[in-house]
Amino acid sequence: MSVVTNTTTIGAIEAPSRRNTELMLLVFAVAISVFGYANVGLAINGSLPSGILGYGTGLTLLAAVGHIVVRKFAPYADPLLLPLATLLNGIGLAIIWRLDQSPLLQQADHYAPAAPNQLMYSAVGVALFVGVLLLLKDHRILQRYTYISMVVAMLLLVAPMFFPAKFGARIWINIAGFSIQPGEFAKIAIAVFFSGYLMVKRDALALASRRFMGLYLPRGRDLGPILVIWLMSILILVFETDLGTSLLFFGLFVVMLYVATERTSWIVFGLIMSAAGAVGVATFEPHVQQRVDAWLAPFSKATLAQSDQVAKSLMSFGAGGTMGTGLGQGHSDLIGFAANSDFILATVGEELGLAGTMAILVIYGLIVERGVRTALAARDPFGKLLAIGLSGAFAIQVFVVAGGVMGLIPLTGMTMPFMAQGGSSVIANWALIGILIRISDTARRPAPSPAPSPDAEMTQVVRP
Amino acid sequence: MNKPLRRIAIFCGLLVVALLLRDNWIQYVTADSLNSRKENRRVEIERYAHQRGDIIVDGKAVTGSTVTKGSMYKYKRTWKDGPMWAPVTGYASQAFGATQLENLNDSILTGNDDRLFFDRTASMFTGEKKQGGNVVTTLNADAQKAAFKGLGDKKGAVAALDPKTGAILAMASTPSYDPSTFAGNSTGSDTKNYTKLKDDKNEPLLNRALRQTYPPGSAFKVVTASAALENGLYDSVDTPTRSPLPWRLPLSSKDLPNEGNLPCKNATLVEALRVSCNTVFGKIGADLGNDKMRAEAEKFGFNSEQFTPVRSNASVFSKGMDKAQTALSSIGQFNTAATPLQMAMVASAVANDGTLMKPYMVDRLTAPNLDTVAKTDPEKQSEPLTKEHAQMVQKMMEAVVTRGTGGKAQIPGVTVGGKTGTAQNGVNNSGNPYAWFISYAKTDQGSPVAVAVVVEDSNASRQDISGGGLAGPIAKDVMSAVINSKK
Repeated sequence: MSVVTNTTTIGAIEAPSRRNTELMLLVFAVAISVFGYANVGLAINGSLPSGILGYGTGLTLLAAVGHIVVRKFAPYADPLLLPLATLLNGIGLAIIWRLDQSPLLQQADHYAPAAPNQLMYSAVGVALFVGVLLLLKDHRILQRYTYISMVVAMLLLVAPMFFPAKFGARIWINIAGFSIQPGEFAKIAIAVFFSGYLMVKRDALALASRRFMGLYLPRGRDLGPILVIWLMSILILVFETDLGTSLLFFGLFVVMLYVATERTSWIVFGLIMSAAGAVGVATFEPHVQQRVDAWLAPFSKATLAQSDQVAKSLMSFGAGGTMGTGLGQGHSDLIGFAANSDFILATVGEELGLAGTMAILVIYGLIVERGVRTALAARDPFGKLLAIGLSGAFAIQVFVVAGGVMGLIPLTGMTMPFMAQGGSSVIANWALIGILIRISDTARRPAPSPAPSPDAEMTQVVRP
Repeated sequence: MNKPLRRIAIFCGLLVVALLLRDNWIQYVTADSLNSRKENRRVEIERYAHQRGDIIVDGKAVTGSTVTKGSMYKYKRTWKDGPMWAPVTGYASQAFGATQLENLNDSILTGNDDRLFFDRTASMFTGEKKQGGNVVTTLNADAQKAAFKGLGDKKGAVAALDPKTGAILAMASTPSYDPSTFAGNSTGSDTKNYTKLKDDKNEPLLNRALRQTYPPGSAFKVVTASAALENGLYDSVDTPTRSPLPWRLPLSSKDLPNEGNLPCKNATLVEALRVSCNTVFGKIGADLGNDKMRAEAEKFGFNSEQFTPVRSNASVFSKGMDKAQTALSSIGQFNTAATPLQMAMVASAVANDGTLMKPYMVDRLTAPNLDTVAKTDPEKQSEPLTKEHAQMVQKMMEAVVTRGTGGKAQIPGVTVGGKTGTAQNGVNNSGNPYAWFISYAKTDQGSPVAVAVVVEDSNASRQDISGGGLAGPIAKDVMSAVINSKK
């Protein structure tokens, strides 16, 4: 019999690192994106696009750099996150390049091809991803920056108020010709702050409370930060008229509070407060009111006179049908200037059809799922909170944007992570993936094997 | 912390499921209704994405397509002799939609029609480019040319029919427009040209042959004569009509005047139509009464829209008028109003021995490979006159041309019957009168053409405006063109 019987020196059975799986998937992701790019060129001009070599090389380089850094510095990381992000980024690039070819958009004022910029921003994003993995050896270091994160988040959120509004919302800051959406970066900073704060206060919040009508009411001093966050999200809504960001922060906070305290009552409070805030603001903020009206009746005369973007987006989806028109063969450019940013999903809907859109949505769902899995696997509460915070924020953002573009909820003007044209979004989300990969690496890293015990030697049974 | 984490995971899953359900709802369930919304420009884009089929007259296309660069719409419609054919084809503009045949047969012209299914499927396998089918019209190019040239710079319309079938042979309307000038979608030239046409007080976009009703004046006396014969008021067209001169309008203190000092006292029907006696035909209307007159007018097509398939406005002979009003209406004044097409129908029914054929202008629709997918068969619309009575009216109308007011429509070697009309226009007759002429030609093989001409306005001075003088020659040219093209 060849049964292994050494029961005393159980070495940690090494978890497979899955780096080769990741490599395979990356090859797949890059190939699909390059194929999409070629498809657009063939459909529109009847020939392979001249930039295909540069585009393919660029995307391959980004994927390769990402993979090598992960292999070297986070060998036990989740193998799906990087390929999924690369795939979305690659498909996004192909679609943005496709919209660059639209004669309708080219006729618009201030037209500039967006794809080269997007490739550049993707490179910056991957650089930041690499930076996170190199500098952040252990995610727990972030705990030390709890309050600094809060200050940074506040500054980022308040900054747009000092810049002029664009398209009816004050969510941009302009520095040296670059337009930055600080909300995207604030998302990460605030997740770090919540994780640090809640990890310290979770027991106080969960246990030091009175029972009232079946709900646990927290003490006033613990309730303070919650009220602050609630007020902050409402202020963002009022002063920056940014429905999306305020929804994102409030949702993020409720999710993390619930995970930290394990108390359902927090969810109830969260919903009540957000409902109160939303109704309150909607009654006296015309911008928000318009969005709600447009959502309820996208084809009414009043809505079409205001903005027909949602109607056009819905017609784009309808035109795609089940199988889509094929890349480069739809007319999603009718949506106008926002076709390659907020409404990029409409192009997916029209040109890749129901099948393609569902695939994209499932890819987003998979990223969230890997994030939640990372949270489950993490061994420290800070890591758990940070992972769920980041993936929760990602999920809420995807839902808010896709739901808005598809007319499921009022339109809020956020961007599809990775796919939409826009520097801040791509860069910030690459950083977000970097942090998730770092947490998953720590979580899946095998515990160091115990030092060989000299006693084991002594008690070994030796059969004659 | 794992229990709430799992719940959050389920919550995130639900968010994704909600998105997936919504996606299925809009892209699968409501896709068709979204695609057929009028706000959806994809319909227009698709309409011009392929080479459009042609509208064909006498075997030759009067339309075409050109490729446009730098636009969402790939092909642009073109027309040959646009102003001449515009009343037939209508327009198909990328920016301003389509009208008439271009609109009604859009699905054939774009190639999307279900009747082209087999053709489309076949070309899918042969790899041919998608192409539209053709609309073959019944029009006669020579007749149309004669009509358009005859109208010239005058304002008016011509409608010509084949009495035996109802096929429309000519349909002209002036002033006209060239649909090519606004077929594209450039906000510069196309929009400017279209707005200019739309705002023009002469209404060049109006198809006067179908959509404008005029008081028919004396030309309506043909209908009144038919009513008299059909209702047995007179047995013969050669016996005196027992009508006095002057004749006082019933229930009124006014005499109905004739145009000039005409020999209308007790005139025979032939004589009365020849010189166009108001007294004789007014009295017939009053004697028959509103109901009988209206019944006869409706048999000729009054009071209902005609679909050729392009819709023509309903001509009017009112209901519930008293005897004096009926008398005035019976000489084509008061409330009576008729489209040129309607008056051509009157002439064609008389020429066709009393049978009115339904007017139509699409002979057949063909697939891109010229296979016929639909054909219009001549259809009887009604029988306003018996054969015997129709021939009596023919005798009257022929007298008008040989010895009466319609002399200018005479064609050597051809029997022509006609009736002039000079209809008062405006309050107290302030506007220039409308000059009418309705006629038909007859050869040994029967009657190949009936025509109605109206000249609404012209530079001629008031005294010179008369149906016979202004409209007669145009009718003659159109009839000659049809007869010559048949030889």
